[in-house]
Amino acid sequence: MEMGAGTFHPATTLKALGPDPWNAAFAQPCRRPTDGRYGENPNRLQHYYQYQVILKPSPPDIQQLYLDSLTAIGIDPMLHDIRFVEDDWESPTLGAWGLGWEVWCDGMEVTQFTYFQQMGGFDCKPVAGELTYGLERLAMYIQGVDNIYDLDYNGAGVTYGDIFLDNEKQMSEWNFEVANTETLFDLFNKAVGECENCLEAKLPIPAYEQAIKASHVFNLLQARGVISVQERASYMGRVRDLAKGSCEAYMTKNAEDWKLRHPKWSAA
Amino acid sequence: MADFLLELLSEEIPARMQAKARADLERLFVAQLSDAGLKAGDVTVYSTPRRLALIANDLPDQTEAVSEEAKGPPEGAPDQAVDGFCRKNGVIRDQLEVRDVKGRATYFAVINKPGRATSDVLAEAIPAIIKAFPWPKSMRWGDASASTESLRWVRPLSGIVAILGDDLVACEIDGVTSGYETVGHRFHHEGPEKRGITIGNAGDYAEKLRACHVLVDQAERETIVREGAAKAASDGGLELVADEGLVIENAGLTEWPVPLLGGFDPAFLDVPEEVIQLTARVNQKYFICRDKNGKLAPNFICTANIDASDGGKAIVAGNEKVLAARLSDAKFFWELDQKTPLEDHAKKLSNIVFHEKLGTVADKVERVAKLAEWLVSLEGNGFYQSSPGDTLHGEVSEAARLCKADLVTEMVGEFPDLQGLMGGYYAEKQGKSEAVANAIRDHYKPVGQGDEVPTDPVTVAVSLADKLDTLVTFFSANMAPTGSKDPFALRRATLAVINLLTKNSIRIPLSEALIVPLTKMLEGGGDAKTVYTFNKGDKSDNRYVWIDELLVGSSNEGVAFRPSYDATLDQQRFKHLLLPSSFVGDLFDFFAERLKVQQREAGVRHDLIDAVFALGGEDDLVRLLARVKALQAFVETPDGENLLAGYKRASNILKKETTAGVDPEQSNSKSLSYTPEKAEKALIDALDAAQPNVTAAIAAEEFEKAMTALADLRAPIDQFFEDVTVNDSDADKREARLALLARFRAAVHQVADFSKIEG
Repeated sequence: MEMGAGTFHPATTLKALGPDPWNAAFAQPCRRPTDGRYGENPNRLQHYYQYQVILKPSPPDIQQLYLDSLTAIGIDPMLHDIRFVEDDWESPTLGAWGLGWEVWCDGMEVTQFTYFQQMGGFDCKPVAGELTYGLERLAMYIQGVDNIYDLDYNGAGVTYGDIFLDNEKQMSEWNFEVANTETLFDLFNKAVGECENCLEAKLPIPAYEQAIKASHVFNLLQARGVISVQERASYMGRVRDLAKGSCEAYMTKNAEDWKLRHPKWSAA
Repeated sequence: MADFLLELLSEEIPARMQAKARADLERLFVAQLSDAGLKAGDVTVYSTPRRLALIANDLPDQTEAVSEEAKGPPEGAPDQAVDGFCRKNGVIRDQLEVRDVKGRATYFAVINKPGRATSDVLAEAIPAIIKAFPWPKSMRWGDASASTESLRWVRPLSGIVAILGDDLVACEIDGVTSGYETVGHRFHHEGPEKRGITIGNAGDYAEKLRACHVLVDQAERETIVREGAAKAASDGGLELVADEGLVIENAGLTEWPVPLLGGFDPAFLDVPEEVIQLTARVNQKYFICRDKNGKLAPNFICTANIDASDGGKAIVAGNEKVLAARLSDAKFFWELDQKTPLEDHAKKLSNIVFHEKLGTVADKVERVAKLAEWLVSLEGNGFYQSSPGDTLHGEVSEAARLCKADLVTEMVGEFPDLQGLMGGYYAEKQGKSEAVANAIRDHYKPVGQGDEVPTDPVTVAVSLADKLDTLVTFFSANMAPTGSKDPFALRRATLAVINLLTKNSIRIPLSEALIVPLTKMLEGGGDAKTVYTFNKGDKSDNRYVWIDELLVGSSNEGVAFRPSYDATLDQQRFKHLLLPSSFVGDLFDFFAERLKVQQREAGVRHDLIDAVFALGGEDDLVRLLARVKALQAFVETPDGENLLAGYKRASNILKKETTAGVDPEQSNSKSLSYTPEKAEKALIDALDAAQPNVTAAIAAEEFEKAMTALADLRAPIDQFFEDVTVNDSDADKREARLALLARFRAAVHQVADFSKIEG
């Protein structure tokens, strides 16, 4: 599934809802069509990887756990300057916000660290801590490489560029110049329709998948420059309605079960 | 007496919030103490990224014992009343005392409140302070966050140290309990064996932390950043560009600041200096440096939070890499933007909405251009004059049409603060004249009070037009500021217009200037449909008025339009534009308000501004201020003061008479049917002499002369009141004398409405 960030993944968005504890970690390929640079920028790509960690409820030693994870992959905090710099997070498309930091390593942002406060318009009860590691950036750090395409991919002579450079060039061209916009508009509408269909059938998980699809198609349309400023807000509003609708359906579907196991819990 | 230490340990507090948090902590603490009747000696507050701390010296051991008395019912009152009184005061009946009150035996309760231990007061105060703490944004966390009622803090609160003297003040809030233990530096003092530091008392707090690489006093960290950065620069043969905001921010980001000098590829110096400075400052919190010749050096100073084991080499190398990536993006934007001429960038402005009710930025630009052209070709504008075809006209027209083009460039997209500046650079690179490039760069100025006011004619014209257009269009669409809310910064725009006009002595009829932007909207500049839809009012709704009615003056609110103006308008064209009926009046009042605020700082009396505004029809701010200044000089002389007194007396008499049904104004021209008294004749003669002088002086804008002419009336009016009875039993005399006073008042009103003058 194409998505702009690990936060969009159902294992983050949907699992941040409700009272059940949830601890998950996974690598998430991310696509941000407008960030494409035809492979010419040493650290900006339209496709890259995040290592997504979500811990619910947020453990009291989450910062220390995070710092220990940096040490574990070879970043010595007595040699490098690790800092937690204010960065509040808000996603209008997900009806979500949280407080936290961007974590700096020698001035470079290597991780987003967020305590989710709301998701899909619902208060997070309890709050989840989200850690989003920028994998390529960390790898560049550890390997001492200045250009992302020079990263050693397998320790046997294969570089990141060997695998992804052509991908970046071709995808940039497609994202910005080639993608058939009529098809994209059609895809957008179909995803919206299918999401609504799922919501009617009270199936929040497939509904949410369609919301993510619509969101990515919208990003592609943006990259093709065919959505005017006026229309932009209305498209974003439609995606938000789908995402929030999916979250709401997810809450409704699970509420009874959650209440049974967590008598004190309530959605509101 | 004992000293008290409070430390609230948390995860990283945003740097920008720390100064206010310290002040809030002190305020809340002092308030809690004072509620309990306690007062500390000195209270000192500290902050680091991970803690807020407070030390209060010389706290008394306990609050003072208080004895209070309450008066109750008289002896012999029903039991119910007496029992109620006892309950209320927490005493039993036997404890009541009986005293004599005006001959009546009355119950009294004496309530002795023993002093409370200060530590008890503090144990209650600490949770109260934490709960009441006004963080701009706060959050929930952890297990407790299963309820939305859980404790909120700026980031998770992890510990409380509370020690009075050497003793723990035991308290607890949402599972966080107070103790003697805190933590040192995140990395210098880590590892399971040395994670905790035990504080003994307020006296050893700062030093124990220092030993664990935490400088708790922000002022000390600021000094280290300030001086360390300067030293790092001078060690490299450079001079630091001082930046106190960055000093404070870096001190708020570190517990153990270590400034380090780094560098970047000099090839990046092709990029405008402001871009380099902005990306270094805003994105990376770096200081920049200059070389001996004052030129920007390819260096920066970052502030690390550790004394690194390699002396900072790896940190500098890492930061250099980050800055290089940012600068290479900036250089890429700088070069890319220049591949497209500003004219082509400007075309894309039709995709950007200025405001949903007011069309696109391209519409705005076209209006601004037409308005700027109108301003410079306006006859008698007192500053510069042009006509279509000449250089000035051409430059104004070009600069206005390109002034917003940089909004769609990559660079401004990345750094919105560089709007204007980048347009100026790109215009220069594209070979535009200096005047055009300067106007594009500076047309946002003046941005606030104290900002430089442009004087270059092209810049002034574009800047004025831009701001007038913003003001007028927002007001016309019913989006005037209300109360403290001013989301479109219209107050600032008004102040800018006033400053531009007065600083450059520009003579424009403001009332016209407030309508022209609207007419420009309809003259094909911009999308007439947009204009049409922003006020689809119903004409029968008296809150709206057709713009054509406004222009011919039938519905205007005390604003006179020049006759010449109407002729230039095709009134039919404005038939479809409805405006709020109070539009011009409201906007004019808004200007008057801003003008008073701005002039107050220059020592000009607001009542005098009112006095001149009240005459109506004065819409040339330069002339208005000249008149106000002459008036101020005059009313502060003895002549002025006495004339004002005479005016008030005349005015009071007339006010009474008007309400009594007599209209002295109407009888002014009546020839006298009796021989006037000497003082009466003298006043008539003085008015005959003064009136033409005042009129002539005002027409010539010689306001001091007008004041002198008015001063000639002072003696005659004083004498008149001395010798003549206005309210004569002879009706003719009475009416004639009232008429004379009305004439006197009218003469004074040629200069200003004296009734608005205070004192």
